[in-house]
Amino acid sequence: MAFAVTALCIRCKFQDCLQSCPVSCFYEGENMLVIKPEDCIDCGACEPVCPAEAIVRDNAPGAEEWVEFNRKYAALWPNIRKSGAVPEDAEEWVGVEGKLETQFNPAPAPR
Amino acid sequence: MPQLDSGPSMNIAIVGAGPAGFYTAEALAALCPGCELDLIERLPTPYGLIRSGVAPDHQTTKTIQQTFERIAQSINLRFIGNVEIDRDISLAELRDAYDVVVLSCGAPHDAPLDIPGHKLRGVYGATAFVGWYNGHPDYAELAPLLDSPGAVIIGNGNVAIDVARILAKSVAELASSDIAAHAMRAIAASRIGDIHIMGRRGPIEAKFTNVELRELGELEEAVALAQPDQIPGALGDGLSPRERREKAKNLECFRLFAAADAAAHRRRIRFQFYARPVAILGAERVQAVRFEPVRIDAGRVAGHGQTFDVPCGLLVSAIGYRIRALGGLPVAETGDRLANAAGKITAGLYVVGWAKRGPSGKIGTNRGDGEDVAQRIKAEESAAGKPGFAALEAMLRRRGVHWSSFTDWKTIEAAEIAAAPAGAPRRKLVRVDEMLALCAK
Repeated sequence: MAFAVTALCIRCKFQDCLQSCPVSCFYEGENMLVIKPEDCIDCGACEPVCPAEAIVRDNAPGAEEWVEFNRKYAALWPNIRKSGAVPEDAEEWVGVEGKLETQFNPAPAPR
Repeated sequence: MPQLDSGPSMNIAIVGAGPAGFYTAEALAALCPGCELDLIERLPTPYGLIRSGVAPDHQTTKTIQQTFERIAQSINLRFIGNVEIDRDISLAELRDAYDVVVLSCGAPHDAPLDIPGHKLRGVYGATAFVGWYNGHPDYAELAPLLDSPGAVIIGNGNVAIDVARILAKSVAELASSDIAAHAMRAIAASRIGDIHIMGRRGPIEAKFTNVELRELGELEEAVALAQPDQIPGALGDGLSPRERREKAKNLECFRLFAAADAAAHRRRIRFQFYARPVAILGAERVQAVRFEPVRIDAGRVAGHGQTFDVPCGLLVSAIGYRIRALGGLPVAETGDRLANAAGKITAGLYVVGWAKRGPSGKIGTNRGDGEDVAQRIKAEESAAGKPGFAALEAMLRRRGVHWSSFTDWKTIEAAEIAAAPAGAPRRKLVRVDEMLALCAK
């Protein structure tokens, strides 16, 4: 079992999840985070703290493809342990639909 | 490796090998390279509540212990198990031996259920009950009574849910857990059919997290139930956006529970709100709990109406934790933490985890917490030329204390894995003497 980040994180990237995670299993893209499924211990601490409600458990409807998405990008992006700057317009992107198609940036976060 | 700092490095003793102790050790190793780090634990085994608190059927969460094992093996950390403050050594002796002492000993006692009858047989605190099914040596002999059709759990947090779920699960569901063998046998023979989770306040005030609550709706042989008239239609004011999100999901869950059909299930988990316990009834053992219905008036709980009795042979109270005055240190007024200012008790003495901030937060909360206190230690403390482990070792030898090393723990762990029943990750050893028999002398 694991949790996964969905497209609702794109351009929101609040990073509240990072403080809650006991195993530091988040990885950072240019405009979203993902969870490495192999490292997630299914503790559920991140899910309720996400202001964008972007995190789902892998048994939620439609979650399977997000687990694969998270697995793919966790292998490509750098690990993130501590919160950095939150995008200034993060609030405006909360709950916006179709962000994966129009807003997703597959580039890793600059380090 | 050459020392970058001027002067010798500190020796630091951390007391309590749970998450707070490990995260603090990790942070100290990064901030004060070269310091001597000794992790003292009262049991022969490490990992604290990961081993004895996290529910035995939440095995994925328990894999966090791999993170702690990595810490133990990647930094210069000496594990010293089966050594207890106030039993084997005093806090003063430890402070004489080490430049810095960090207490990460948790809040390991149950808040008392202070009503008539609380000493009857069949009444247990959650620490004891959870410790029993998790194989904690302190509670291996608890032998709780599971022979009556009713069980009452008082408290509205995730611990109450854990207890209810373990009591409600089938033997097949528990087969992949590392529940203690004595608890597995007892639960297999249990006659419990109705498990009442009782709260003084309502479903919105309850501290359940949504993931745990939802899990009760997915059990093989048990159904979760709620009373439709106790589930509010809306959230009301005064909640932060985060609370609103979480509580809305919980209400959705309770509405499903309220609509569920009790028939054709072997066990029923019944949520009942707005009721406070006033007495535990029974002659020699608990036979029922008497509750008074309450109303919430301007945030305050006020009793009203006729009391009612819930028949039960088992009562578990999960209403919070208390800390004891370790080494005679002052306890905060709340009773659930040591008096401290942002992790500092006095020069050379610090506190992290639950012992610092009280029993709140998740496993990961301890990471940031440990880092903060480690920063403070680096800024405010320096080596004072104390002897460190050599002095502790001499004391322990003189007193004939048999302590365990991390290698000994790995031997215990290997024995537990080798003895695992089919499908289970391990069969826990539950007696300290059994564990020590496997440890090097």
